[in-house]
Amino acid sequence: MTASRTAPTVTIREVTKTYGRFRALDAVSLDIAAGEFVTLLGPSGSGKTTLLMVLAGFVRPDSGSIRFGETEMVLTPPHKRDIGIVFQNYALFPHMSVAGNVGYPLRLRGVAKAEIARRAEAALALVQLQGYGERRVDQLSGGQKQRVALARAIVFEPRILLMDEPLSALDKKLREQMQIEIRQLHERLGITTVYVTHDQREALTMSDRIAVIDQGRFAQIDTPNRLYERPANRFVADFVGESHFLPVTVAGGVARLGDRALALAGPPPMSDGAALLVVRPEKLDIVEGAGAGDGAGNRIDGVVEGSVYQGESFLLQVRVAGGERITMRQPTRREALRRLPQAGEPIALGLHPEDTILVAAERSA
Amino acid sequence: MTEAANSAALAAAERREARGLFLLCSPAVLMIAVVVFLPIGWLFALSFLNEQGGFTLDHYARMLHPAYTRSFQTTFELSFLVTAICAALGYPLAYLMSQTSTVWRALIFVCVLFPFWTSLLVRTYAWLVLLQRRGVVNVWLQDIGLIEAPLRLVHNFTGTAIGMTQIMLPFMVLPLYAAMAAVDRDYVKAAASLGASPLKSFWQVFFPLTLPGLLAGTVLVFVLCLGFYVTPAVLGGGRVLMWSMSIERSVAVYSDWGAASALGVVLLVVTLAILWIMNRLFGVERFIGGR
Repeated sequence: MTASRTAPTVTIREVTKTYGRFRALDAVSLDIAAGEFVTLLGPSGSGKTTLLMVLAGFVRPDSGSIRFGETEMVLTPPHKRDIGIVFQNYALFPHMSVAGNVGYPLRLRGVAKAEIARRAEAALALVQLQGYGERRVDQLSGGQKQRVALARAIVFEPRILLMDEPLSALDKKLREQMQIEIRQLHERLGITTVYVTHDQREALTMSDRIAVIDQGRFAQIDTPNRLYERPANRFVADFVGESHFLPVTVAGGVARLGDRALALAGPPPMSDGAALLVVRPEKLDIVEGAGAGDGAGNRIDGVVEGSVYQGESFLLQVRVAGGERITMRQPTRREALRRLPQAGEPIALGLHPEDTILVAAERSA
Repeated sequence: MTEAANSAALAAAERREARGLFLLCSPAVLMIAVVVFLPIGWLFALSFLNEQGGFTLDHYARMLHPAYTRSFQTTFELSFLVTAICAALGYPLAYLMSQTSTVWRALIFVCVLFPFWTSLLVRTYAWLVLLQRRGVVNVWLQDIGLIEAPLRLVHNFTGTAIGMTQIMLPFMVLPLYAAMAAVDRDYVKAAASLGASPLKSFWQVFFPLTLPGLLAGTVLVFVLCLGFYVTPAVLGGGRVLMWSMSIERSVAVYSDWGAASALGVVLLVVTLAILWIMNRLFGVERFIGGR
């Protein structure tokens, strides 16, 4: 099996789907490049699975357009869309062998028997299951079922691959291993892939781009790096990674935390008024000495309330001057441990201007 | 100091629990022994005894008589026919139930189960009324001009088959529905995504996955048909002689318990043989519906 013949672009335009008064999808639009790996990330009920089912053709939207390449697909039935799908529960047919499952899409396409056997075995080899063809589905472990489902979804070289939380049933170690494997397989096959998950870490690990979806709308569509480092709004900052929010005021292009002006990498991205400073635990530093900030960084003063040992790091709970609680992460390296403050001690935290992120106070798209 | 003592106490607790369970199920075991196995043994013994109480194979030899072989044949033909019609009618009905909305499902469920809540005898006589020469069915068929003269729908094979089918249908629909409800809808979706048209995904994926339910329903209906008495007796009008009626006749008309017992033993053996063969062919766990 080689790189997919014609990875098309996928164009989603103004797709709306309502269930009674509930808007599962609210005029969402998304352009997916040929061969791109895009993840739909959102909490349960956000509409991510609905959008995937619209792409697959199992859910008919109320309005909008789905195009693969230049072809309008919105009225095409699922079995004519030429899409490989990996389901959350694998959906391997229990009355067929592993080879029967993987060969099924080829059988439907009238491929000769010997050719089916050859290509099924090749697809199984691709997911490191060569020689498993004769097994029954219920003899496989969860991870193996996952691989067979993947092999079945790619063996007929579909134009697009959809995956609906395919790793959620696996334990953590196996999940992380499969994330890397799926990512590598994608790079090898170059197949346009849409992946659905509620696990932000999984999304960050695997995707070219992530579309964060909330209440049927996209909150932000960006690369993993930009999504994490430059969240566009409070929802994204909160959902992707750990964040605490401190109220700031913006006036005349200057943001102030309390009475202290914040050094920013650029002008504040919002008009004058209230805003929120995004504080991520691992971006904070302990500033030594009582100096009034060394010009370059921003400084947040507070009092340590407690600390939690988490193995690779300590999580310090700090109550800041304004009364809000934030957390900061300190690695458990010897050197860092030596200056670990105790509960009740005052603490000064440094935040680099590049890491000083402001989002609008109102939760909005 | 107490580790060894604990192990003895734990073993004692285990034994106590086992004894408790045994006591709990002993009334049922006793009941089955008294009302099932004892009479079957007695039946078996009677079938080999002549009127003087000596051993004989006469009762079995007599079964080769054409009157009996015809009855045997009728029983099987009728049972096959009724089972086949039940499957043909029941599968689409169960499919509709499994696919439709909750409200419709509940409605169909009530319709399917309704026969269970009414007396078998009442339903059988109702069919007698419906199917007779000047009954509702014949009048309707004549009114819409489908037939000129009334059809003979009762006191024959046809009437018996119609009545039995209606009475047996729930026994087909319920296991079928259970099997269909257990089929994950993602299987059908997966088949579609892999390129299967709705017709193909039905025959290649959905249908094979519901086969255990179809087998369970088939066996259930067939076995119940083999021993059916009331409906064939009333709707057959004495012209459709089922095996069960031969038994009844031996007892009621001729007071020949030996002959009746032999007939009963044959019915039991044939039924068990069918269950055994089905089990060998398809595996016991598939009847229970698990896999």
